[in-house]
Amino acid sequence: MTGIAGADMARLQTGSLREREAPWKHSPASAYIRIDRVSKKFGEFTAVNDVTLDIFRGEIFCLLGGSGCGKTTLLRMLAGFEAPNGGRICIDGQDMAGVPPFKRPVNMMFQSYALFPHMTVESNIAFGLKQEGMPRNDIAKRVAEMLALVKLEEFARRKPHQLSGGQRQRVALARALIKRPKLLLLDEPLGALDKRLREHTQFELMNIQKRLGVTFVVVTHDQEEAMTLATRIGVMNQGRIVQVGTPQEIYEFPSTRFTAQFIGNVNMFEGRVIEDEPGHVLLESPDLGGRIHVGHVITSARGAVAWAAVRPEKMILSREASREPFNVAAGTVREVAYMGDVSIYLVELNSGKTVRVTQPNTRRHADGAFRWDDRVWVSWHESSAVVVTE
Amino acid sequence: MVRISNPLPHRFAITGRRLVIAAPCVWLLLFFIIPFLIVLKISFAHTRLGVPPYTPLWEWTSQHALHLSVTAANYLFLARETLYLDAFLSSIKVAFISTCFCLLVAYPMAYGIARSSARWRNAMLLLVVLPFWTSFLVRVYAWIGLLRNNGLINNALMGLGVIHEPLVMMQTDFAMYIGIVYSYLPFMILPLYSNLEKHDTTLLEAAVNLGATPFKAFLQITLPLSLPGIIAGSMLVFIPAVGEFVIPRLLGGNETLMIGRVLWDEFFNNRNWPEASAVAMTLLLVLVLPIMIFQRYQARDAGTGLHH
Amino acid sequence: MNHTRSRVLPALLVMGFAFLYIPIISVIVYSFNNSRLVTVWGGFSTRWYGALLADHRMLEAAWLSLRIAAVSATLAAILGTLVGLVLARFGQFRGRTILSGMASAPLVMPEVITGLSLLLLFVAFAPLPFFPDERGFTTIVIAHVTLTMAYVAVIVQSRLSTLDESLEEAAMDLGARPGWVFILITLPIIAPAIASGWLLAFTLSLDDLVITTFTAGPSTTTLPMMIFSKVRLGVTPEINALATLMITLVAVLVVAASVLMARKEKSRERDVNLAHGARGVL
Repeated sequence: MTGIAGADMARLQTGSLREREAPWKHSPASAYIRIDRVSKKFGEFTAVNDVTLDIFRGEIFCLLGGSGCGKTTLLRMLAGFEAPNGGRICIDGQDMAGVPPFKRPVNMMFQSYALFPHMTVESNIAFGLKQEGMPRNDIAKRVAEMLALVKLEEFARRKPHQLSGGQRQRVALARALIKRPKLLLLDEPLGALDKRLREHTQFELMNIQKRLGVTFVVVTHDQEEAMTLATRIGVMNQGRIVQVGTPQEIYEFPSTRFTAQFIGNVNMFEGRVIEDEPGHVLLESPDLGGRIHVGHVITSARGAVAWAAVRPEKMILSREASREPFNVAAGTVREVAYMGDVSIYLVELNSGKTVRVTQPNTRRHADGAFRWDDRVWVSWHESSAVVVTE
Repeated sequence: MVRISNPLPHRFAITGRRLVIAAPCVWLLLFFIIPFLIVLKISFAHTRLGVPPYTPLWEWTSQHALHLSVTAANYLFLARETLYLDAFLSSIKVAFISTCFCLLVAYPMAYGIARSSARWRNAMLLLVVLPFWTSFLVRVYAWIGLLRNNGLINNALMGLGVIHEPLVMMQTDFAMYIGIVYSYLPFMILPLYSNLEKHDTTLLEAAVNLGATPFKAFLQITLPLSLPGIIAGSMLVFIPAVGEFVIPRLLGGNETLMIGRVLWDEFFNNRNWPEASAVAMTLLLVLVLPIMIFQRYQARDAGTGLHH
Repeated sequence: MNHTRSRVLPALLVMGFAFLYIPIISVIVYSFNNSRLVTVWGGFSTRWYGALLADHRMLEAAWLSLRIAAVSATLAAILGTLVGLVLARFGQFRGRTILSGMASAPLVMPEVITGLSLLLLFVAFAPLPFFPDERGFTTIVIAHVTLTMAYVAVIVQSRLSTLDESLEEAAMDLGARPGWVFILITLPIIAPAIASGWLLAFTLSLDDLVITTFTAGPSTTTLPMMIFSKVRLGVTPEINALATLMITLVAVLVVAASVLMARKEKSRERDVNLAHGARGVL
């Protein structure tokens, strides 16, 4: 992720759960939100297919997937705008079946912000409290607090059309948080913002979440957004949850080809399992034109088809032939893209397959850098690859 | 996203929803549907002197027996008398021709408004709609002043020396057509405009780019795409025009018999309520198909949240 | 677009608008004609306006028509808004097609049929407790409401279909029950559409002849009925004066309304631009 130093990212990711260890590693009975075998059909079309998910208190949980994968439908079911056809949803132990949106301890920040155009910023934010019947003085106090939190004090009397996109989003956030909901749902929160604003807002969101301790569920199709914001990510495809894990787990240990290819870039080598011993797996791969030795175990029969996934940054480029018997191949550099901090190389292996390799530009001067049509050797360490069987 | 199921959980808001649906339903049932049923019922009754001037459908005789009095005489009379058949046919003919003329006048206008810049567009739409807000009777009356033998048009033409004797325009089919086209023009322009405005002009540019002349592009792309607008507008003009009464009465000749006039005379002049009812029912039957076509296009266009 | 087309189209437009407006303009001009005859221009005069104001029966009929129009427009606005709301927001439910059909049929139904059917209803149901015994104000209002609510329904339904549903969802999400969502959020936003529906219903009611004649009864005369009977007898210059007054009133109202809306739109645009310009403040 460009622009964010690794140490910062690590700190931010676990910042909101500083007090406890990752709670999902402990008993699932303490789950704050339980989505239990939930399905939703629209006529013939199944939008959400038998999804089971546990979300813990204080998390920022991201539902990540392409359009049509069902993530928005799932979000709407949490909010109460759609009722599941099967399964149930429990929030803080309470079954939400038959509970309408206005009775749920859930608030939502809409993708379009949905600010009431005929009301001022103040009235927009105060709306939820007015519906509760809170006395006017208390409302005024809370509204002032929220305005200070999102730094919009001078804009209190403006109407939505007088605000910029970023300001509107902060109003939407304040409006949703003022009721101190148990769960805040965010639908593509950063989609409408330009790049600079997006980064700034990401940190603001995480900051606010840390201060208030609200559980977030975020829906997004943008992997960068998910990787930055989330404590855990749930990857969805065609109505199903494909994999759940921390951003690091998802990135480094994808459980399916889909996940590996959906997040970031990856080189996939198809091969056949030759050896499956405790401690390592050996694949024969015509894609690579050689053998792949992976230092972890898979559950698969000998002779079965499997894929080895290697991330571009884990690959090593060298002008000298490697003496390793595995995880190495020769090829020719076909494309070079200089990105400033890294360079991306597309290397056509002798086997015909093209792989993507990224190398950090550790020196300022370009001598010795790889050029078009250079003959190179691509290799990687045995722990750098992940084998997936589906 | 297509929402087919009721999105709100079942339990709450049932009574509120039902009330909101029920209120206008009850009104329409009472003041729109039931009256039609009454017309149907009376069309099967006899005339008689007195109030009301028709026989009741059933009555209890002194022996406590139910005496039903139903007759198809009114309909048989309709079928036999060529007067009615002529009136129906001529009404349909007049309505059809008026619709065609209306379309011919309205289409270029709607097209022109749709193609103009935003500032002109709003002003022009306002100008189209403005006459509609003024009294319909008054505007028909204005045409009388223009079309009479010593009216404005004749005076102007005679003054210019184009003609020496006044053209007889009042009390003719010509005047009637002008009146109908004039009065119903906004009803044709607005649906057409609403459709044409949504067209993607890049389609036409692509067609021209591929070698079509602008006229051909219009014929093969714009015209077919505007068909829903044409149909909606045509139904909005044709259906009421069939039963039109005022314009033929004021501007039309006595030879052209319109079914609206027949119904009016039957009811007010002859005091023959059952006959008038039979005429009304038959007219309704004739119009059922066009009405259904209209409603299909209307529902599709209105945007129900079900189709997007 | 194409250059040759750009000559023909404006010409056709001008001709079309001339066709629409020449009768209206002629009426206005001749309302000031001193002479009774259309052939002769007798000089500028307001005598017909004087005659109009002296005609008590005409003024009474006008007043009656205005009252009927105001009442029926209000009722039609309420009922029509409900229908528009139901058709736009309530999704599928049993009887939806029937309601949709019933609500849109008056738009095209020939007035002679609706007028006749309503008259027969009033005659048949007169003995019943809640129904008016005599035809008059109430029956005319009922008839007008039934006709005009269809127009309001179309306007409201069309406005609602362009309204982002997430506004109403957001309100519900924040704790407002559906009824309050409608009153606090939907209604204020669609208010201009309802207002224009009211205005349309008002005009249609003011102008209606056929249905009114059927449902008016012997002792009630509305303005259109009076105009119609006078016109059948011949051209009365008084009518020109009346027509000009009505046209002017409507034109002033409609133009004022659109100017107001245009100005609101401009100030709104200005605000939006200001907001975008203030990017540096984030």
